[in-house]
Amino acid sequence: MREELIVSGRMNHLVDPNLHIWHWHIPLYLFLGGLAAGILFFASLYTILGKENEYRTAVKIAPFITPFILIIGLIALFLDLNHKLYFWRLYTTIRLESPMSWGAWTLMVVTPISFIWCALNIRELFPRWKWPHSLLDTAEAFFRKNIRTLSWILLIFSLILGVYTGILFSAFNARPLWNTSILGPLFLASGLSTGAAVIIFMSKSHRERMVFARIDLMLIGIEIFLIVHMFMGFLASTQVHIDAASLFLGGPYTTPFWLFVVTLGLVIPAVLEFLELRGFRVPHLIAPTLVIIGGFIFRFIIAYAGQESRWLY
Amino acid sequence: MRYAMAVDTKKCVGCSDCVVACQTENNVPIGYCRDWIVEVTDGTYPQLELEIRSERCNHCDNSPCVRCCPTGASHYSKGGTVLVTPDECIGCGACIASCPYDARFPHPDGHVDKCTFCLHNRVEKGLKPACVSVCPTKCMYFGDLDDPNSEVSVVLKKRKWKTLIPEAGTRPQHYFLI
Repeated sequence: MREELIVSGRMNHLVDPNLHIWHWHIPLYLFLGGLAAGILFFASLYTILGKENEYRTAVKIAPFITPFILIIGLIALFLDLNHKLYFWRLYTTIRLESPMSWGAWTLMVVTPISFIWCALNIRELFPRWKWPHSLLDTAEAFFRKNIRTLSWILLIFSLILGVYTGILFSAFNARPLWNTSILGPLFLASGLSTGAAVIIFMSKSHRERMVFARIDLMLIGIEIFLIVHMFMGFLASTQVHIDAASLFLGGPYTTPFWLFVVTLGLVIPAVLEFLELRGFRVPHLIAPTLVIIGGFIFRFIIAYAGQESRWLY
Repeated sequence: MRYAMAVDTKKCVGCSDCVVACQTENNVPIGYCRDWIVEVTDGTYPQLELEIRSERCNHCDNSPCVRCCPTGASHYSKGGTVLVTPDECIGCGACIASCPYDARFPHPDGHVDKCTFCLHNRVEKGLKPACVSVCPTKCMYFGDLDDPNSEVSVVLKKRKWKTLIPEAGTRPQHYFLI
């Protein structure tokens, strides 16, 4: 038996007895960032493939929510800072070793492009839209002419944004649950999946819904594959990683994770989408709703459980 | 130059004098601390073993906190000490999450705070860190590892020692004599 006691007054707020430095802000932002990355990825992908009119919701309608969710995410990030008035320090340096640094710079690229993307498609919502100044017309013409370049930039940066939400966690060696590089692709797949779900949710075209249901089904398959591999990796690793995995395998996060994230957020939507693709009549809003809620809970569980996992000494 | 500290776990009685000295010297806000005492009990009665450690930031050679800091506020300073520049710190908490020793905490003023080895306020003036200078059992040693005659180099040569979780790959520079 081994017992470890801190006998002096180490009662550092937010650190003892469990680290709790990140509250709701970070997982909320990771969810919104992943969602925006997913929507913008599909929008830019189908623009590059020249299918803007076939997948009108994905390319022209769904991106309208991305500036809003990115701004809400940025506000959450700002609220999370303890030294708020110094936030601009993020933009006085580029530190390649720090995921948070290149995350901040990625947002600096993606957020303006999301606004530009909406401006280019504003006539989808307001057909008689006129810019108040001729300079804006010139800008619109410029971006419209270079839409392929813009799409490629957006495609690459939305992928970086999606991966970064996971890498932010996996770069922390000190928290064994986070310290797995699978979190990068897993959060990317989850972000793309929630993005596809939002497109299904908003689309009025049956054909477009079916295409995105197929994409979503594939992404859910990838997510389940990655989750299984994540746990295999943990269980084959050191004691601290086994302890981290046991938070989900009998520990306090077992029920929320396997019930809300895996069953309700992945398996049931996958079954519903599969049935829908096979021609069964399934209410088409259930699967995307579950995917979005599952993705949301997933970020919270990983953020909170990760802070409970630690090295032993 | 490479500053390091060694704590003799056989001599430390866990009186917490080092903790109070640090709080006083460095104006650590009430309710927080930059160093602390850990008591580890191993075994079952009557086969018990006790180890007492005075712990603080390990001023690692390969510091995850310096690596993950998005602004460069966490940095290596003189003698390899790891310091935080409050005016560059945005209080994002990444370094707190990255430290396997949980040595960092959010200061009520917003920036992140931790042990400095008393670099600017004492060591650069030729004094020992506050915790070392007050220790009533003289169980703490501080000095330059590159100087073979410094008290920390001498004691590390004479005695068996360990560092905490070396397997985390941080190359800690806080030694425990065992």
